Amino acid sequence: MFAMFGAGALLAVVAPSGRSARWSSMVAALLGTIFAVSLAALVLLEGHAWSLHLAGVLEPLGGVALTVDSLGAVFLGIVGLTGAPAAVYALGYVRSLDTQPRGRMIHAVFNLFLASLCLVPAAGNVLTFLVAWELMALTSYVLVVSDPTSDDGARAGLWYAVMTHAGFAALLAAFLTLAGGGATDFASVRAHASTLPSSQLTLVFVLAIIGFGSKAGLVPLHIWLPRAHPAAPSHVSAVMSAAMVKLGVYGALRLFFDLMPPGPGWWGGVVLAAGVTTAIAGVLYSVADTHAKRLLAYSTIENIGLIFVGVGFALLMRGYGYAELATMGIVVCLLHTVNHAAFKTLLFLGAGAVIHGTHSASLESYGGLLRRMPQTAVFMLIGALSLAALPPLNGFPSEWLTFQMLVAGVGQSASQLAILLPLAVAGVALTAGLAAVSAVRLFGITFLALPRTPGAASADEAPRTMRLAMAFPALLSVALGLAPSLVVPRLALVATDLGLAPARLNAGLALALPAVGSRYQPLLLAGLIAAAAALTLVLVSRRIGRRSRHADDAWNCGRLIHSPRAEYTAASFAEPLGRVFAGFYRPTQQIRIEVHPVSRYFVRSVGYQGTLAPWLEQVFYVPVVAAVRRMARRAGRLQTGSIQFYLALLPAALVALLLLSTWLR
Amino acid sequence: MEQPLVVALQALLLVALGPAVVGYVRWLKARMQGRRGADILQPYRELRKTFAKEMVVARSTSWIFHLAPFVLVASTTTAAMLVPVIVIGPSADALGDLFVLVALLMLGTAFLALGGLDPGTAFGGMGSSREMTIAALTEPTLAVSVLALALTSGSTSLGAITGGLVETPGRALGPGHVLAFAAFFIAMLAEAGRLPVDNPSTHLELTMVHEAMVLEYSGPYLALIEWAAAVRLTLLLTLAVNLFFPWGMARSLGPMPLAIAAASFAGKVLLLGAVLAALETRVAKLRLFRVPELLAVSFTLALLAAASAVFVR
Repeated sequence: MFAMFGAGALLAVVAPSGRSARWSSMVAALLGTIFAVSLAALVLLEGHAWSLHLAGVLEPLGGVALTVDSLGAVFLGIVGLTGAPAAVYALGYVRSLDTQPRGRMIHAVFNLFLASLCLVPAAGNVLTFLVAWELMALTSYVLVVSDPTSDDGARAGLWYAVMTHAGFAALLAAFLTLAGGGATDFASVRAHASTLPSSQLTLVFVLAIIGFGSKAGLVPLHIWLPRAHPAAPSHVSAVMSAAMVKLGVYGALRLFFDLMPPGPGWWGGVVLAAGVTTAIAGVLYSVADTHAKRLLAYSTIENIGLIFVGVGFALLMRGYGYAELATMGIVVCLLHTVNHAAFKTLLFLGAGAVIHGTHSASLESYGGLLRRMPQTAVFMLIGALSLAALPPLNGFPSEWLTFQMLVAGVGQSASQLAILLPLAVAGVALTAGLAAVSAVRLFGITFLALPRTPGAASADEAPRTMRLAMAFPALLSVALGLAPSLVVPRLALVATDLGLAPARLNAGLALALPAVGSRYQPLLLAGLIAAAAALTLVLVSRRIGRRSRHADDAWNCGRLIHSPRAEYTAASFAEPLGRVFAGFYRPTQQIRIEVHPVSRYFVRSVGYQGTLAPWLEQVFYVPVVAAVRRMARRAGRLQTGSIQFYLALLPAALVALLLLSTWLR
Repeated sequence: MEQPLVVALQALLLVALGPAVVGYVRWLKARMQGRRGADILQPYRELRKTFAKEMVVARSTSWIFHLAPFVLVASTTTAAMLVPVIVIGPSADALGDLFVLVALLMLGTAFLALGGLDPGTAFGGMGSSREMTIAALTEPTLAVSVLALALTSGSTSLGAITGGLVETPGRALGPGHVLAFAAFFIAMLAEAGRLPVDNPSTHLELTMVHEAMVLEYSGPYLALIEWAAAVRLTLLLTLAVNLFFPWGMARSLGPMPLAIAAASFAGKVLLLGAVLAALETRVAKLRLFRVPELLAVSFTLALLAAASAVFVR
């Protein structure tokens, strides 16, 4: 698998032509991801871990160890399942870069990026994990800044680099505290962690939330995500959004449920609250944004929030001693991770196809694309309905289980949680409702109505490779929606492997909770919906045929002018929510009215400009950035330019370090 | 074999009764406002007339416009199958629970909103945007009300909730149950598009929500949408009476229990319909941007219901 990615990276550089570089490296990436999926499937189906230890490599730090257990296999599978369509998609999507040298660079780094993504869940010791983590950060950074003409890309890259390295520093500190100077393989870390006092474990918990939260995009550490994801090429955005941020979830699960001993219940409360806040903030930004890929990035933040609701719930219930409910939390979290990976890959690839076809990334410049890009539209409709968590697609089973989990939590656990958990129910419901608004807006404004710009009117359907790539996650979304019970038992086994109580969440093809008697039977429901629609069609077919209808201009309450200028736009669609949540958005608007000099009643033109204040970012980051600047200025004073002074600093630093190490002993 | 038949027949009953319930509320409203009003069968006549009309389809539409009415009717009918109307039976619970029902209604709303956007008119977009906004803001109330019901009955399945209440009527006096009903009733007004959230009998440009969304539909499609809206109202009224006051519902299929159940169902729906008519006569439509305040009230009630249900269990 890793050899395939390596070969892909090499081929991208040495291939004789840009075209052959693209094909050879993407085929290598595809094969590599297929290997990843097969390995994951093998581990999950056979039930025992696969491992490999290369003690010789990086020997002083414990060597490179690879272990894929069931938890790692789930995430390895996700990486493979999102990487494979992305590689196929890239064949068509970056064809225009064949003539440029940076095309080869993107292919090579994309392969390395996929390799690092596979390496993180497969890491068997701290060293391998951290190296893979850093490799993943570096390769994705290169892909984010791969467009030299874009200022946004460079700025996004800076944010990304800073955030991801701050997170890395937190992780390093967390792992060093856990390992405590002993051996770094996960088994000895686990043994050492159980001897740590609770104050140190709490420190590790906080550091891990910062480290993994900044990768996953927990609010307020999400700041890089809506900048970096749109800046990368779309197939990379898809992998970043569907797989890379999920590795933050993987890290949190690995640490909290495997390496660390069970913590107190309030950890779960913190994570749950962070999850709900992240979900609501993410969806509110997503519903108001008009950049096709940025709104999807915000929606990724929302879904990460929902996933962390599961993580937090599991921690909370384990802390209070309800092992079966904790299992449910893990299953919900993993199921939503898988589901989100499927539909977000689809949506990012679809958004890329639309951008490819119209040469614009703003929703406001689309419209009527359903006629120009009929197949992309079908895929995007599937993606949007999954995003909206509507049955029978795959967003719904995980949302349903989230609700059931929270209801069971209120019903069966301690009464201290009587406000926290109902508020979480409300938060998840609000998120689901707003996600539906966002999905309807995304699909409706992009594909329906009249084209708003010449670019939209003359858009081209995506090349065949891109459509083929979208078909795969679309099928996966439908399959996971109709038969979630195919994966749910496997995910429950992951929870048992983590030492939690076994729980059964399905009966046959239906999701079923024996404790509360609630069931969801997607296949039968989908059948009933289809049957009811077909029956209705049969009943009215005589009345709606071509002969009994005629096409005409839209009626529009009798207004004769029907132009795209009068259409609802993405901004106007979200306007009511902007008013309802004015306290969150803090919108500023500027209305400029130019009147005729004769009378102010003759208006010549009206200009409107509205912006949303990203106060969440200002509150947290403006002070931090200012402080860093101040410190940099102070540190700058050291740079006197005199070599003697620099030479004097060297021994001073050495002495200081020596003193520090003796003091630490 | 009996159980699926019961489910299908109850859904059919809701589908058939839908226009009559709308007609009844309209008739009662007219009487309260001092008019004579058309009789309760008028909606059926209107539907027959609309079905027979020729359809005008805007040139700017796509297949989504044609698909939307069918998805709406199908999802509403499927949602109707989950509702215990006269008989409390376990079979519908095997399909899905209250959360599934709410999601099925949302599926119809989302497709109708897409259908409203499709012709590319200003009104369609306005209606879609408003309808989706209201639907999204209603979700938390509905979910927390379901939670409160689940806490008193131990399940989110409709059959289990109604069955549990019939067995231990004392639960209905609990604070959780009463507050949840109040919250659910407000959310129901929003979901069904009734006053003070939306006015079903207006075509005034600035105030309409649902009507703006379906403005471009005509002929058979319009009839399907109107019918689905009527079924949706009936379904929600049935939910309100059967989830909170299920007494009289049949637990077996004998002729006597069925007759009692049918009579009590009719009585309860007529009563709640009268409350609805009285309310719609009394209150004016709220400004769109005041609606969230109303929903916030209902959300607070739902939250109180859930919290108190935990403490009195």
